Amino acid sequence: MSTDTASSASFNLKRYKARQRANAIGLTLSMGAMVLGLFVLLWILSVLFRNGFAALDWSMFTESTPAPGSEGGGLANAIVGSLMMVAVTVLVSTPVGILAGIYLAEYGDRSKTAELTRFVTDIMLSAPSIVLGLFVYAIAVATVGKFSGWAGSLALSLIAIPVVVRTTEVPGSLREAAFALGAPRWKVALMVTLRAARSGVLTGLLLAVARISGETAPLLFTALNNQFFSLDMGAPMANLPVVIFQFAMSPYDNWIRLAWGGALLITLSVLLLNIVARVFLRDKSPK
Amino acid sequence: MGFIMSVDTTMTSQPVAVQTAQQQRMASIAARQRLQDVFFHRITQSFSLLVLIALMGIIVSLVINAWPAFQKFGLQFVWRVEWDIINEEFGAAIAIVGTLASASIALVIAVPLAFGIALFLTETCPVWLRRPLGTAVELLAAVPSIIYGMFGLFVFAPLFADHVQPGLQGLLGTMPLIGPLFGGATNGIGILAAGIVLAFMVLPFIAAVMRDVFEIVPPILRESAYGLGCTTWEVVRRVVLPYTQKGVVGGIMLGLGRALGETMAVTFVIGNANRLPTSLFSPGTSIASTLANEFGEAADFHLSTLFALGLLLFVITFVVLAAAKIMIMRAEKAKGL
Repeated sequence: MSTDTASSASFNLKRYKARQRANAIGLTLSMGAMVLGLFVLLWILSVLFRNGFAALDWSMFTESTPAPGSEGGGLANAIVGSLMMVAVTVLVSTPVGILAGIYLAEYGDRSKTAELTRFVTDIMLSAPSIVLGLFVYAIAVATVGKFSGWAGSLALSLIAIPVVVRTTEVPGSLREAAFALGAPRWKVALMVTLRAARSGVLTGLLLAVARISGETAPLLFTALNNQFFSLDMGAPMANLPVVIFQFAMSPYDNWIRLAWGGALLITLSVLLLNIVARVFLRDKSPK
Repeated sequence: MGFIMSVDTTMTSQPVAVQTAQQQRMASIAARQRLQDVFFHRITQSFSLLVLIALMGIIVSLVINAWPAFQKFGLQFVWRVEWDIINEEFGAAIAIVGTLASASIALVIAVPLAFGIALFLTETCPVWLRRPLGTAVELLAAVPSIIYGMFGLFVFAPLFADHVQPGLQGLLGTMPLIGPLFGGATNGIGILAAGIVLAFMVLPFIAAVMRDVFEIVPPILRESAYGLGCTTWEVVRRVVLPYTQKGVVGGIMLGLGRALGETMAVTFVIGNANRLPTSLFSPGTSIASTLANEFGEAADFHLSTLFALGLLLFVITFVVLAAAKIMIMRAEKAKGL
């Protein structure tokens, strides 16, 4: 009897030790994954910052992209082109995204179409952006026969709208109070729900801008590129992502240097937009 | 809302004639508001339908433009192993193999790492570090993919060629069966390199989704498991993972959808060769990178075949993303019970 309990106790101890070992191995591996992940990502950022800041100078903002084989040059045309296309995209996708989002929030729980729209929006959020570029090429470039900044903005809007739709759709319990007071639905939606969701909507907009500022693939076949400074949205337009893509793949040293500078500009603005959106959401949400 | 107040006061103090006039006014206001509401309903509805119209438009325009290619090759286009621009002999197999291979390599590497990171962030990480580390992961998921591509081309590929590829070849190249996978020139560019760079790119994304999913486990489940004497590892293996199964798989498939459709991170390092890859080191091409490289110079029939590739990519990613979405929706429903 006593030997029996002794053996079962030692058996349990063995099992206990095995479990402890499995636990230690699992947790160590998990910590290793975190360290490895952080290391790789910090490595990427450090490479970007080192090369990017080395390339950064004043002429980057004042001069346009250099011709093949010529010295110097900057990214002024690409920076302005990117800013213009992103601005047009924001102007288009904000009202569209917000109105569609209001529909889903107000009428969405009862209709099949709304459910389908929500599902499709979620898929469009992660759809391959290069295919959106193909689509816009087919409807806005092939039909008029030329690449243009407008086409580029259209392609970017297709990416931005789903982001705005999903962040506008905030259900509010305040709505019921407003309804009880006899307010019509559109007033409730625009003056109560939307106001309550204001910080969410703004966050969504900031994230949408962050998302589209780095998008390269949809611009390759729509805005194309332009070696010269141009404010004409009806013509091919220089933009940072496509310039970075072409310059990074080129054999010229000054082009590659400019590509790193442009990559740094884009990454800094994307990170900044994300941080602002986060701070914004944190400040407003508890109220 | 103002009129309600005025109605209230009239009800109690005004004579009957005034009261009916007020009622009429009220009725007309109500009718107008009903009209406004219907109008508002229709406007917002038409905007939300835009999303569906865009989806239809994408599919229709891709099919129309891809039609000549499918007319010539039929469905065989999908598995023809040929991409000869001069003789106009096209098939999607090379690009599809490259796409699937690079995306699978990315997931094989990124999923265990993402699981480890999510586990660390939800279970073992000291509380004061959780927020900064979690934010860091989310911020890195937002870094544009072209940055990963440049990093891959300028930093990763040379290191990979000098230090990793020769080692792998020496170690595994002579083994039966898997040996040929590590054969060929070691110049740092190819399917494996593209897969690894893709893994770096989707890692923060998958890790962020997994962490969010792990956090929906009710504390009471976790605490009861700990109360029974479970180790952290056992809690994760036997309580957290089974509970979040669908959400985890959904998150992985979202990552797969991203990896399949990614253009920039892949184009820089995959080598852009229209040949069927024979080993993990050989250069290849993916659907997205073929589009990025050739679309600018393509014309006529070549253009149509590129649209056909785009259509295939869209169909593949759509199926993957839809499955992911359905799984995550089921996981959320289970949480509600």
